Amino acid sequence: MHELAVTESILEIALRHAKSAEARQVTALYLVIGDLASIIDDSVQFYWDIIAKDTIAEGAHLNFRRIPIQMQCLSCQVQFFPTDNDFTCPDCASSRVKILSGEEFFLEAIDIQSP
Amino acid sequence: MPERIQVIENILNANDRIALENRQILDHAGVFSLNFMASPGAGKTSLIEQTVKRLRNTLRIAVIDGDIATSLDADRAANAGAVAVQINTGGECHLDAVMLHEALPSLDLKNLDLLIVENVGNLVCPANFSLGTHKSILIASIPEGDDKPHKYPGMYRGVDALVINKVDLLPYIPFKMDFFKQGVEILNPNLVTFPLSCQTGEGLQPWFDWLTEQVKAH
Repeated sequence: MHELAVTESILEIALRHAKSAEARQVTALYLVIGDLASIIDDSVQFYWDIIAKDTIAEGAHLNFRRIPIQMQCLSCQVQFFPTDNDFTCPDCASSRVKILSGEEFFLEAIDIQSP
Repeated sequence: MPERIQVIENILNANDRIALENRQILDHAGVFSLNFMASPGAGKTSLIEQTVKRLRNTLRIAVIDGDIATSLDADRAANAGAVAVQINTGGECHLDAVMLHEALPSLDLKNLDLLIVENVGNLVCPANFSLGTHKSILIASIPEGDDKPHKYPGMYRGVDALVINKVDLLPYIPFKMDFFKQGVEILNPNLVTFPLSCQTGEGLQPWFDWLTEQVKAH
């Protein structure tokens, strides 16, 4: 989908934090992406290689930590990991469920080199 | 040796901050606002035309149209009687808060009651970018098929009301309403839903009533 805009935002956040830490180089980024966030790792990597060029984050390694979708049934309280986008409760078949995780989309940390 | 710095910053933070500003601008001016989202061809512009034609004597309405190219939709909204502004995203698959922020000054907000923002036709991306509008409306349509809530959960989860357009085509299309509604119920329990047809006019009145109520209550 809109990975270019997203990748620009990732670069902006990384550079801002690197600058306030007076970094010389950013060598790695640690991204956390829930499976509901509909972000494709390869596509982020593709744009990253282009837009990070000529910045202190050029060549930084992107690490992706994927968070699986976890849900809880509001009828029988069982927690489950849905498969094939089937969000009904596997135990009681209720469709009253809530999302416990899978919507994450943040930059967790960066590795930097200081002067 | 590299040093690790904790960041923990939401990647769409910048968008969300501007969205909050948009909301404050709209609230300050007393304008109630909607974000219309749907696939291409579901009937966003048709619903806007019907809504403007019907409510323009009781509400002061403006429309901001997001499209990759052309001003065809803004022209249709203007012909129906709304103040219309076109945003051309130049290829972006969705509107974001910054685009709306830049478009707002071209409207005389103090003299408006209702602003409808028509997002780019797309069932994936617009759901991830809040604009700062008060309510998000999803327009589904019968020809798209009954599996869409199952296939595009992100879009169906985040909306405040659902319009099901083109119900006049139900006799001609194998659309299982139960299967469709089951998908919606899982993602968005008790979602207020308006089955209607912009073509025949059936079902439009409950939508007009709900919308008028929302504007008054704001």
